[in-house]
Amino acid sequence: MARTPTTHDPFNAVAEPKRRQVLEALGMRELSVNDLVALLGWNQPSVSKHLGVLKQVGLVSERRVGRQRLYRVNGERLKPIYDWVAPFERYWSESFERLDKVLEQLKKEK
Amino acid sequence: MSASAKNKLTVTAEPGKQEVFITREFDAPRELVYKAHIDPKLYVQWLGPHGYEMILEEFEPVNGGKYRYIHKDKDGNEYGFHGTFHEMSIDNMVQTFEFEGYPGHVSLDCMTLEELPDNRTRATIHSVFQSVADRDGMVQNGMEKGVREGYERLDEILAKL
Repeated sequence: MARTPTTHDPFNAVAEPKRRQVLEALGMRELSVNDLVALLGWNQPSVSKHLGVLKQVGLVSERRVGRQRLYRVNGERLKPIYDWVAPFERYWSESFERLDKVLEQLKKEK
Repeated sequence: MSASAKNKLTVTAEPGKQEVFITREFDAPRELVYKAHIDPKLYVQWLGPHGYEMILEEFEPVNGGKYRYIHKDKDGNEYGFHGTFHEMSIDNMVQTFEFEGYPGHVSLDCMTLEELPDNRTRATIHSVFQSVADRDGMVQNGMEKGVREGYERLDEILAKL
């Protein structure tokens, strides 16, 4: 299967650990490039490069406040990534919920 | 707080890798968690998603033994799975796993049970697939189609990223 370019696919965009670190650093808040440089300890060009890719795939949005640009995570674009793992996660969480009940029963029988 | 809220399941599937890690804690000692994995009468009571009948056709939870089970939904659709137990002991459970709907794609599952304080246990499953595509196919399809969860769960993936 051909790989979609990094700049089109959020899955490929988050495949790069450094970009996941950027998303993690942003978390639920808005930060400037300088804030991210300070938080991550990388140089400014490197932070800007990764932010650029995240912005292109729509995982990060940008907003101008005066002379500053602030970046935040665009949660809606992360949803496909969550959906991807959800069925598998559901299989195991439902199995283990039942296992909890089986174990409760076993403890009583002891 | 319910046991499932406290003992949250964690699934880690990093993009571009062939493996998946699943961890979960249980309010029961290690021996009992192990017992629930090797006693067929117990095993059928919990494995599989809600709404599926679990039919255990073959089950030999010993080194070199084999297993086959079917998850049957209420419309009568059957999903078969089989494999062999490479090692079956309380310290290490190693088995192959193949979904019959996706034949020829086998994963190797290793499960360990770690003793925690207060008679609790942490289970970790490490599944290794033959390729990234195999892993993604399995994780994406789960063993069930069309499952959709709401936006409220989005916070969780944000926290996990």
